Amino acid sequence: MSIGHTLLGLLESGPRHGYDLKRAFDEKFGHDRPLHYGQVYSTMSRLLKHGLVEVDGIEAGGGPERKRYAITDAGITDVQRWLATPEKPEEYLQSTLYTKVVLALLTRRDAAEILDTQRAEHLRSMRILTDRKRKGDLADQLICDHALFHLEADLRWLELTAARLDKLSEAVTR
Amino acid sequence: MTTSHPGSLLTAHDLRKAYGPTHALDGAEFSIHSGEVVAIMGPSGSGKSTLLHCLAGIVPPDSGSITYDGRELTKMSDAQRSALRRSEFGFVFQFGQLVPELTCVENVALPLRLNGASRKDAERTALGWMERLEVDDLKAKRPGEVSGGQGQRVAVARALVTGPRLLFADEPTGALDSLNGERVMELLTDAARSTNAAVVLVTHEARVAAYSDREIVVRDGKSRDVERAI
Amino acid sequence: MNTRQWARDLAVGARFAVTGGREGWVRMTLTAVGVGLGVALLLLCTALPNVFAARHKVEDARYDYTYSDKVPPKADDTFLIAATDTVWHDVDVRGRLVEPEGKRAPLPPGVDSFPGKGEMVVSPALKELLASDGAKLLRERLPYKITGTIGESGLIGSHELAYYAGASGLKLTDSSPVHRLTGYGKPDATPEKTDPVLLLMVLVVFVVLLTPVAVFIAAAVRFGGERRDRRLAALRLVGSDSHMTRRIAAGEALAGALLGLVIGSGFFLLGRQTLGSTELLGVSVWPSYLDPSPGLAALVAVAIPIAAVLVTLLAMRGVVVEPLGVVRAAKQRRRRLWWRLLPPLAGLTMLYPMIGKGHENGDFNQYLVIGGVLLLLIGITALLPWVVEAVVVRLGKGALSWQLAVRRLQLSSGTAARMVNGIAVAVAGAIALQMLFTGTQSQYTKATGKDPGRVQMQVDFSDRKPLSGVEREFTGTKGVRAAVALAISEYGDARRNPENSNGLTVGGCTALRELATLPSCKDGDVFVTRTRSHYTSSSNADEIAVLKPGRKLYIDPSYDDATERGIEAPWTVPANVRVVDAREDSLQDANSLLVTPAALPAKAVPALFSDGVYLRLDPSVPDSREHIRNVVARIDPLARAYSWSATEEDVKYTSIRTGLLVGSAFVLALIGASLLVSQLEQLRERRKLLSALVAFGTRRRTLSLSVLWQTALPVGLGLVLATTVGITLGSVLLKMTRTPVAMDWASVLTMTGVGAAVVGVVTLLSLPPLLRMMRPEGLRTE
Repeated sequence: MSIGHTLLGLLESGPRHGYDLKRAFDEKFGHDRPLHYGQVYSTMSRLLKHGLVEVDGIEAGGGPERKRYAITDAGITDVQRWLATPEKPEEYLQSTLYTKVVLALLTRRDAAEILDTQRAEHLRSMRILTDRKRKGDLADQLICDHALFHLEADLRWLELTAARLDKLSEAVTR
Repeated sequence: MTTSHPGSLLTAHDLRKAYGPTHALDGAEFSIHSGEVVAIMGPSGSGKSTLLHCLAGIVPPDSGSITYDGRELTKMSDAQRSALRRSEFGFVFQFGQLVPELTCVENVALPLRLNGASRKDAERTALGWMERLEVDDLKAKRPGEVSGGQGQRVAVARALVTGPRLLFADEPTGALDSLNGERVMELLTDAARSTNAAVVLVTHEARVAAYSDREIVVRDGKSRDVERAI
Repeated sequence: MNTRQWARDLAVGARFAVTGGREGWVRMTLTAVGVGLGVALLLLCTALPNVFAARHKVEDARYDYTYSDKVPPKADDTFLIAATDTVWHDVDVRGRLVEPEGKRAPLPPGVDSFPGKGEMVVSPALKELLASDGAKLLRERLPYKITGTIGESGLIGSHELAYYAGASGLKLTDSSPVHRLTGYGKPDATPEKTDPVLLLMVLVVFVVLLTPVAVFIAAAVRFGGERRDRRLAALRLVGSDSHMTRRIAAGEALAGALLGLVIGSGFFLLGRQTLGSTELLGVSVWPSYLDPSPGLAALVAVAIPIAAVLVTLLAMRGVVVEPLGVVRAAKQRRRRLWWRLLPPLAGLTMLYPMIGKGHENGDFNQYLVIGGVLLLLIGITALLPWVVEAVVVRLGKGALSWQLAVRRLQLSSGTAARMVNGIAVAVAGAIALQMLFTGTQSQYTKATGKDPGRVQMQVDFSDRKPLSGVEREFTGTKGVRAAVALAISEYGDARRNPENSNGLTVGGCTALRELATLPSCKDGDVFVTRTRSHYTSSSNADEIAVLKPGRKLYIDPSYDDATERGIEAPWTVPANVRVVDAREDSLQDANSLLVTPAALPAKAVPALFSDGVYLRLDPSVPDSREHIRNVVARIDPLARAYSWSATEEDVKYTSIRTGLLVGSAFVLALIGASLLVSQLEQLRERRKLLSALVAFGTRRRTLSLSVLWQTALPVGLGLVLATTVGITLGSVLLKMTRTPVAMDWASVLTMTGVGAAVVGVVTLLSLPPLLRMMRPEGLRTE
């Protein structure tokens, strides 16, 4: 999962302070693992360096300095490219997919499109595995089946999420 | 958008079909080439089966066009469409398709007999297909006496017996376990490929869809032909 | 296994039937309506004896003839009455002229007060008829003022047409149809001894009509049975054993049967009202006549629930309900023939001892007759499944629709046979009865010797009428082509107590030509025929010898022992008397002496009695007969006008035959309905399969044909069996009545044709739903 793309996506709805970003991230995606502020700081530095965000203003006052970040056009393009690229079908990628879907909803992009693209990619993998299975020996078959069942589980999750997009959208944009 | 695709066997454009207030199809697109296996996927009630029924000329759509081999299906009479289904299409369904009082070989021979073949010839051809699907030992049994997987293979044999150019399969493994289901899919796709028949496969199972060359997703009566979208 | 266990299981089943959701209700309603129809029919049948008794009672109570020679003297409590029955468009109208002779004269049954002269009291149906637009001619014929209606106690049915009209000056003479009575009612209502053959017919009609109803009820109990059985698998899953399951199934059927009893009683009450207000084949009754005999009604109420339980238990024998589904005992044992032959053979054995009893040696044993006929007919229901199975197993080759049908029948020949049983029983019974009727027809149908091609109507006057005037009255009437009038009298060779006496017939030349072949004729001629009828020797030499020209004779001579004195008109046999040949087809064949009016002395005219006016009608004039009856009513209200027909049937024989027709119509309609229900149920079960078959391009024609074959095959077999049994039974019945056995192929064909027609109609009616089910929408999964 890419924290950089996620933070970028969060900035699409408007400039934020670093600390706000961490809070928003934790609230939406960090269910069991909240982000360290250090991670935010280092990520934002990297993004600044690549020109994907810019500093919108600095708030002086008590406590640490508070920079306000805003996304650049290049940043928006980067988010778009990331969302549109299917993930390599592999195990445990739900969290990335989830993040993508929520971000798409937050940024009013077509989340269903993301899921469809991902499904197509999954099916492509499954076709390859199925083909290998048909040509291979029993060992091949068993190995392929294992992978196929996992991919199928992912696909089911994709289906379920697709069916619940409306509800999810309601929840995240509240 | 064009209504015909060069080289495609069956093309559907902007299909709409309503059952009462429900819009089963609401602007569906589809195309398939000879020898291609296309899976129609989507959640329950999304209109998958209705799309298949329209494509096969079983149900006429309310609007839209379906072109099969250069002919417009929606302009054919019921009798013409029936004749087309008898001679050019094959069907496999999930349930209730074998006639319980006929023996398995008689069931397989049924489409040939519908086309006017003699009983003897029809049953000889039928037996050949049953051999290919590894169910020839069931020929004298009634459908009630064979297992689900065997019955489904008999059904596949029956769908292929006329040498159709287009095979429609609606959840063909829906009632089977994984092993039986996959075996049926293997036999079905192998047989279809060997005769260069196109297969329209309605399924909600990814592992079944994985036997296809590409998939089309139906959601709320709308289908996007993925191949065309790219 | 104890009674409590039984009762509990049955109760559980009954509860399932009631709480089974929508489908359960539909199933129970089907059963209940089917049973209800059967029950209603049974109750109506049990009420039939009552109907006949009740009609008889009224007929006896209003009886107003006397055969007694002694006429009571005119008194305070006497009245004069004369029948003036007429016919209105083939419907009988009972008419009476009454004239009370004193204050205490009794009123006819159902009448409150005597109508005055020129007034009448009418039955409600006649009142309605007279008020209708088309009854102008009838109003002219009955020109009386309606002052009241006849009550139920004076009528034999709600649609009887009857009136009592007030009269004065009715003449009570020897020859007039007027009677003087002191009261109504048959003086000695001795029960007539019923003709044993007629009784046999009544018994057989009852059995033949009721057996299909019973078969139908048995089938109705199993309406929706196959689905019900499937649901029972769930019961097995939760631990009921197979016996319990069967009893629970029986309990469900029992609930349906009980509801059927209730519905049937409702149908019966409805039918009672309807039948009470309608007319069927000229017979109408009052609702109160249709009271079932309590004993028979109780029998129906007890027998039907028991039958429901037994039939279900029996049907479930062939069904194995396993926890995960219902198996129709896949490898059914081939049906065995021997025990199926027992009932018909037993039936024949019961009938055999009565062969040849006929009319002569009297009574048939009622129990043996009923038992024998019943067993023979029930035997069909036992034999038919075997026959269907045995035949169907050997079939197979043929067109696809044929193959589909045959294979289906092979798989469930029992269901098919059950469907056809009712029809087969009804047809077999009907064929047997038809044979019995046709065979005995000659015994109950008399040739009248009248040729309706020559004369269509005859009018008999109540008293003397001048010849010429009468003819003129009718010749002028609409629709009359020709009218000839004949009169008769008597002559003797002495004024009083003649030694030789004979009848003579008087008529114009046209009239006399209807009796004999006349070389020439003019008014004033006299003829005598060479032959004479009604004498042991047909040669007329004696009478010709008496009628020598110049011989002095007396017309209407007197006799010492007669109450009235004759006219005693002297008449000399004229010289021109000629001997002629009587026509073979003479209108009237009693008298040999034929005289034209001018040949008689004027003094003799009062001695002439009208011997009828014979009318030839113009068939193109629609109401000619009504016009004639009106003329008759005007000239002589007491005259009788009637149409000629070649034969006349015994009234009782006719009513039994009518009863059979009405009953058969009901029964066949009922069976047709049940066929339709089971057919539709079968189709509904195969809905998905039908849709799948249509999907891969099966022609609708192929499927429709296979449905037709599927019904036609068992029906055809059923009809063949029914014909065999029917002919056997018919022959036995004819032998019993000592009538030569003759095949009446026309009626066999008619009956089988009717049976086949019922099937045709049922197939036709089930086609629309079939076509609807073949629509691809059936493929959609709910």
